[in-house]
Amino acid sequence: MRPCRCLSAALGWGRPRGPPVPAQRQERAGGHRGAGGSAHAVLGPAGGAGLSQGPVSVEVLRHLERLALVDFRDREGVERLRGAVLFAQLLRQVNTEGVEPMDSVLEDRSLYLREDDVTEGNCTKELLNNAREKVEEYFVAPPGNIPLPKLEEQETFLQGYQ
Amino acid sequence: MLRASLRQVSAALKEGQVTPTELCHKCLALIKSTKLLNAYITVAEETALKQAEESEERYRRGQPLGVLDGIPIAVKDNFNTAGIETTCASNMLKGYIPPYNATVVQKLQDQGAVLLGKTNLDEFAMGSGSTDGVFGPVRNPWSYSRQYKEKSAPKSDPEHEEFKWVITGGSSGGSAAAVSSFTCFAALGSDTGGSTRNPAAHCGVVGLKPTYGLISRHGLIPLVNSMDVPGILTRCVDDAAVVLGTLAGHDPKDSTTIQDVFQPFELPNMPDVSKLCIGIPKEYNAPGLSSEILAVWSKAADLFKNAGAKVIEVSLPHTPYSIVCYHVLCTAEVASNMARFDGLEYGHRSGVNESTESMYAATRREGFNDVVRGRILSGNYFLLKQNYEDYFVKAQKVRRLIANDFVKVFRSGVDILLTPTTLSDAVPYIEFIKEDNRTRSTQDDILTQAANMAGLPAISVPTALSERGLPVGLQFIGRSFQEKQLLTVAKWFEKQVKFPMIQLEEVKGA
Repeated sequence: MRPCRCLSAALGWGRPRGPPVPAQRQERAGGHRGAGGSAHAVLGPAGGAGLSQGPVSVEVLRHLERLALVDFRDREGVERLRGAVLFAQLLRQVNTEGVEPMDSVLEDRSLYLREDDVTEGNCTKELLNNAREKVEEYFVAPPGNIPLPKLEEQETFLQGYQ
Repeated sequence: MLRASLRQVSAALKEGQVTPTELCHKCLALIKSTKLLNAYITVAEETALKQAEESEERYRRGQPLGVLDGIPIAVKDNFNTAGIETTCASNMLKGYIPPYNATVVQKLQDQGAVLLGKTNLDEFAMGSGSTDGVFGPVRNPWSYSRQYKEKSAPKSDPEHEEFKWVITGGSSGGSAAAVSSFTCFAALGSDTGGSTRNPAAHCGVVGLKPTYGLISRHGLIPLVNSMDVPGILTRCVDDAAVVLGTLAGHDPKDSTTIQDVFQPFELPNMPDVSKLCIGIPKEYNAPGLSSEILAVWSKAADLFKNAGAKVIEVSLPHTPYSIVCYHVLCTAEVASNMARFDGLEYGHRSGVNESTESMYAATRREGFNDVVRGRILSGNYFLLKQNYEDYFVKAQKVRRLIANDFVKVFRSGVDILLTPTTLSDAVPYIEFIKEDNRTRSTQDDILTQAANMAGLPAISVPTALSERGLPVGLQFIGRSFQEKQLLTVAKWFEKQVKFPMIQLEEVKGA
């Protein structure tokens, strides 16, 4: 079975596309908080419309950034995700009726479970060695239960999106 | 001496023709003179010499630990090595010194192998070129071979020369380059989508991906837990069998290793392939496959036919979808595996201190490159509640279909599959970087990663030189846990094709 043309075309999808970044966006990225409405004008109708609709809306992008605690950083990052999602949609062409999902190739075997005995430990010093901030035998973390700053207060790329 | 195979040099050590310290010194000197290749991130000179001295003492007493005693080896920098920096070519782990050895590293050390250093890779093993790590790209030693130089315009000016160097392939490019340039006799890589076989093919060395579950992953910084395996890179198939013999077997610290007892084996001197059935999967004639490689593949099939083996065309119908399936499963598992990097217990930690979440976010922003971050974000997308069924579970179903394709083919009497390893020979670096990492991986992994999907053993054997004077490898895929049969066929093939040795000239820049 020869791979279908759409698959072959999709294999070239990863190339960054879209209009070149207009000069106005540089201003925006510097933390300039303009009204949301002008975002469209800055990014151009093609860029703006494509991103605020469809399966990869701005809400989803923001949600992903918070879940992953990793930011998109720039337009290319967002385009990459769009490309990845579109590519993944090719799976829809496969008929998986009645097929069970496969977790592991070793599913026919039982995993090895060892006896519940303590056989090693006492390595506090070694483990603490690699941590930057510690106090006595504790890893030190900044205060928790503080939500990430609201979007308006952040200087992320998505800030200027509608 | 450095050009010898592992077994040859081991015999030389036993007979006292060379000492472990001499060997170690020679390798370290060669590493220095081939520094431009950028194959090594860390060279553990002091510890290597110490290990070599200890080995020498054992040989003096007539009590070497085994075939690997005193043999210089290199390990990819995503395996934990106690006391030696392990970075995964990422800012996230720069300066990280693991407190323990990965099981495979420990096993090699227990056999007396001398660890020369940690080799370069794509950041967190994500990539197919060994170009995306923070320590820079790895250069294919064949870029500096007489064979390549003769084929590329010999009258080109030195400035132009600098830009013609070709990539090693990835992501275990450093390991492949280290073995290919004679700085070590074996190297460890990792293979998740082809990361050992791809650079092996481009660098003209043997790259073995064992069956999933045969070799322990304890201490291998994980990429995709259900597909990762440690890979073995050597200059010939017999050497790979020796290293496999040391590494394979159940590890209580990795519960995904099978509990069957592993019997190390030696390959027959005169392998016989006449009773075998070789399958040629037609879908592996993928779009983009160079006509050169197609011809090499064809010739190889003829070789088997002429030796009396049964050579038939088979079909693995879901092959075109394996790359999409891999894309989803890989990014999903990556999203999960990379969550451990938060700066709290190890690795890079940002100076941002307002809250735990903001510290984590800043640490990850500073520590990961675009490729890693892109995969984490894609993976999280596929794992969102609204997408889970449509993408992740769907991909898992497709995975079963792919694995079943192989089962059907092997059940129908085929013993070994013969396919190309890569679509073309190594491309120049400046060409390679024109496309982004995901596109490249998508293209380059297409022939190798179905074996990871199904957990099957596969090996890339250097076969011939291309028109440009660069290595081309062919891949054999075997049945689960039938490494002996796989390597026997590979050894027979290796003997037939007599791949030329690299004529390495001085490795210097413009």
